[in-house]
Amino acid sequence: MELLNTSLPYLLPIVYAVAMISVFMGLCAYSVLAERKVSGWIQGRVGPNRTRLPLLGHIPILGNLMTGLGLFQPAADGLKFLFKEEITPGHVRKSYYYLAPIVALAPALTTMVVVPFGRYVDADGVMQPLVLANVDLGMLIVLAISSLGVYGIVLAGWASNSKYPFLGGIRASAQMISFELSMGLALLPVFMWAAAPGSEYGMSLFGVVQSQQSAWLGLWQPLSALIFLVALFAETNRLPFDMAESETDLVGGFHTEYGAFKFGLFFVAEYAHIIIGSAVFVLLFAGGWNFLPWLADPWGDGLIGALLSVGWFMAKVFFMIFFFIWMRWTLPRFRYDQVMSLGWKILLPVAVGNLVLNTFIIAIYDTLTR
Amino acid sequence: MAKTKVLERKPLTFAEKTFLPQIAGGLKTTFATMLQKKVTLQYPEERPNIPDNYRGVPTLVRDPNGREKCVSCQLCEFVCPPKAIRITPGEIDPEAEPDRAHVEKAPKEFDINMLRCIYCGLCQEVCPEEAIYLQDVFSLSGYSREEMINNKEKLYELGGTLPDSHYKWDKKKAAEVAGNSH
Amino acid sequence: MKVESIVEHITIKIDGEDVQVPKGINVIEAVKMAGKGKVVPHYCYHPKLSIAGNCRMCMVEMGMPMRDRATGEAILEEDGSPKIGWMPKPTIGCATDVAPGMHIRTDSEMVKESRNGVTEFLLINHPLDCPICDQAGECRLQEFSAEHGRGYSRFIEDKNVKPKRTRLGPRVMLDDERCILCSRCVRFTQEVADEDVLGFVDRGTYSTLTCYPGKELAHNYSLNTVDICPVGALTSTDFRFKMRVWFLKRTPSICTESSVGANTEIWSREGKIYRITPRRNDAVNDTWMTDSGRALYKAVESDDRLTHYTIEGVHKTSDEVAAAAVEMLKAGDAVVVGSVHSSLEEQFYYGMIAQRCSAKPMLVSHYGEGDGLLLSEDRSPNLRGALVTGLIDALPTADLEPLARSVEAGSVKTIFAVNEDLTELGLSKELLAKVQVIYVGTHANATSEVANLVIPSLMVFEKDGTFINQNFLVQRFKAAVPGPRGIQPDFTVLEKICAPLAQEKPAPVTIDAVWERMAATFDILPEDARWRTLPEAGLALDGTAFQELQFVETKNLKYDPAKAEVPQAEPAGV
Repeated sequence: MELLNTSLPYLLPIVYAVAMISVFMGLCAYSVLAERKVSGWIQGRVGPNRTRLPLLGHIPILGNLMTGLGLFQPAADGLKFLFKEEITPGHVRKSYYYLAPIVALAPALTTMVVVPFGRYVDADGVMQPLVLANVDLGMLIVLAISSLGVYGIVLAGWASNSKYPFLGGIRASAQMISFELSMGLALLPVFMWAAAPGSEYGMSLFGVVQSQQSAWLGLWQPLSALIFLVALFAETNRLPFDMAESETDLVGGFHTEYGAFKFGLFFVAEYAHIIIGSAVFVLLFAGGWNFLPWLADPWGDGLIGALLSVGWFMAKVFFMIFFFIWMRWTLPRFRYDQVMSLGWKILLPVAVGNLVLNTFIIAIYDTLTR
Repeated sequence: MAKTKVLERKPLTFAEKTFLPQIAGGLKTTFATMLQKKVTLQYPEERPNIPDNYRGVPTLVRDPNGREKCVSCQLCEFVCPPKAIRITPGEIDPEAEPDRAHVEKAPKEFDINMLRCIYCGLCQEVCPEEAIYLQDVFSLSGYSREEMINNKEKLYELGGTLPDSHYKWDKKKAAEVAGNSH
Repeated sequence: MKVESIVEHITIKIDGEDVQVPKGINVIEAVKMAGKGKVVPHYCYHPKLSIAGNCRMCMVEMGMPMRDRATGEAILEEDGSPKIGWMPKPTIGCATDVAPGMHIRTDSEMVKESRNGVTEFLLINHPLDCPICDQAGECRLQEFSAEHGRGYSRFIEDKNVKPKRTRLGPRVMLDDERCILCSRCVRFTQEVADEDVLGFVDRGTYSTLTCYPGKELAHNYSLNTVDICPVGALTSTDFRFKMRVWFLKRTPSICTESSVGANTEIWSREGKIYRITPRRNDAVNDTWMTDSGRALYKAVESDDRLTHYTIEGVHKTSDEVAAAAVEMLKAGDAVVVGSVHSSLEEQFYYGMIAQRCSAKPMLVSHYGEGDGLLLSEDRSPNLRGALVTGLIDALPTADLEPLARSVEAGSVKTIFAVNEDLTELGLSKELLAKVQVIYVGTHANATSEVANLVIPSLMVFEKDGTFINQNFLVQRFKAAVPGPRGIQPDFTVLEKICAPLAQEKPAPVTIDAVWERMAATFDILPEDARWRTLPEAGLALDGTAFQELQFVETKNLKYDPAKAEVPQAEPAGV
């Protein structure tokens, strides 16, 4: 008992972390399913509806329903990636080749640490975020670490030692750098508003959510939200910006030479980025777990309230994931030069203008309300 | 010659330049599609509706009396562009089948190599006895090359019986029984 | 042709064009000779049979320049050209001989109409048997109906019913419904086969072809009736329902049955022979051949074919066997027993081998009874070839008594036997055990069983080569089907044996390379004669050098010992 008490402070974070990773990986797997299902629906198809687990799948009615929704499909997909023959092409640089998927996945999983996914009211009646590490520099960590993800792609492109992956890697790095600028600039007004001088939250994401209890920032600063959203699509390499894969001209882009579980890791990393990106967007611009604009927190104090806040937050995140997929089948892929010119010639100036504009607005507001 | 009319392209409005209304319109379209009825056919359970005159796997058919129609004239073998058909002609044993002795000829072996067949339907078109038909079987598979060669037995099993509007050989038999008819 | 050069030519007008044709031929032949793809369709006419004129298919319009009855002077048209007195009705081409100045129309409206009418009448009672009829594809009625018929039937009455599947003889089946009563078969049995067994009974549409009571079509030429039948009435029992003719590849060949060397055509598909038919050669066999000669192909697929080069019963390569043979022959005291069935090229090699190992070549005769037609007394295709190549200088003997005595005496060490079963020629197995035996042959027999070396050879259907027939006519045959797997042409293997005997390196040989050497070696062969350029009708050699030999052949269709060996055809193309 003594041992347990002393070890608990160390043990608990590990348990939490493992739990988080499990849930998060599960989310990734089901994002893949969502992608396949929604893609199917948008194309008038039904999507995966055949996989059936032995016991669960044979529950009357419910089993059929789950099978029809393809709920067992992620298991099949995962097993497929695990049991496929591991092929290492002869011309690759082996150590980097194996390193690349890890480098791609690790940052995506790491950012999860600072993303709050709900709130609870502690014993003192103070509202606290549900998060693994509630750091003041939350957003900065997200930006810093998620931008490491590009190294995985560049490494994969380079280690593959073949032209299509190489081109994919080059494109990915150029694109990331270009859009990170606008993304950062779009975030500044958010924190200028949320972390006003004297507020206690700094760049913590919890603070941003708390600041949206009345009006959501998406309504307040629609231009910032739009720029951030566009940059987010570009950063996550999603259509219409998936220049790094671009199967029509680059075969498979950076992962052309990857197969089996190594490819699976890239796959998971992509969806991890989408989930984190959606979560961050929801936190910054869509009020986090706040119920509705001007109707902040009807959840209550207890455990139920905490769970409800998590549920509402996740609902928003799921909608964002759906939006990502929805967008994929709505817009065609840009040409690479269009992507670049959008990033440098349009988004960047607009982001600068947006920053100046919001600075004035906030200054005027502050002056008036003081 | 119709006159070519040059249409002036109107300059884009500001809203159009941002693409945002168009993207919203696109999102609406895709969302609407999502709610429509699915067109997927759940294949092994649901079967497609095979139209008449569909060119499926070539088969041999029997007449309504269950008798072999093919007389092994080998025209299909001759006309077959990929040379998928191989027939070994044979004679009908008058003792074994007295009612068909007057037909004289029937295939001893009849092989169609489905690895070669291109489903062109020329065999059906050329057949003077209306014995070979491309029917509605569209799915076939096998584990070996040998399995993909349909022999006579398989061809008749696939073909079944089709109505006959002529009964050519029955008429011939009737004339033979009636003797000189003039 | 020599006949042509003697006969004087006359000029006739066919469809308005002047054509030079020999005097005395009929209009059908004249039109065919005029070329330009013009033909007069016919059923009953056959160039080698008498004229019957009963099918009425060969109708043409005929006319002569008009002459004034009183003065005998030509009557002219207004433009000065001679006025033609056209016959009011068409006339049959087969029974109309050409005359100087004759005018023929082969495609006028009247001619077309009459052909159309004849075709329609012929088709009235003809059954729709084409799918099951063996003649389909080479059926005159089919061809001419497509060409001259109307394409649909106006006949609404019931068709005539006649006996079908009638057995005329052991090799011929008759379907009376298909018969168009052309009487070619009847005339053939009367005129060529000289055994009158066929005839028509009943009248009008009841007319039926049948055998005379108590007789059957059993003579050795019965299958020629099947060949000349323009429809599928007469079919060969052997070929019946075996394969459609349009699948069959035709290869010119020579019948090996006797020294007549009938020209044949091998009909094969994918390496399998289905039938043999005669090929027209007016200097050899006209358009006929024997039934027995048509059955020879069955030996190709017999189970006792030799299929491997063996040394003491062990499978070896042809090189190893050839090397072993060279060793044996070099040891001396060898005898070469050649074959009158070998081709000219092979006999040339056997002669060379015998010469190089100073062996005495021997041949064994194969004589039988002749029928005075196309089956001669000498039942071997190439006895004259052995004479030409110098393998022998006297006629061969019936057995090998002298050789047996030599073996007994121990003066023979090696026997190189080709296609002859030595055990039936006076050398028992015990005798053969005393010597080394090299056997070259197509089929297994008692000799191949005891032979030390076995070299399988190809049958006549499987190789290129030449035979020289009773009239010293060099005739070429081509490979129709591939031989057993791995068996090389005989002269390829023989070169591997022959060359080392003279300390030469074996060269890859083609048949024309062999001919080049033969033409250089033998005076009797023209200097520039090559296998590939041999005339289709055969190359006639001057056989006077062998005149004093007492050949066994008696008079037959194209051979007359009284006239000695004077070939009846000049080499075409010379």
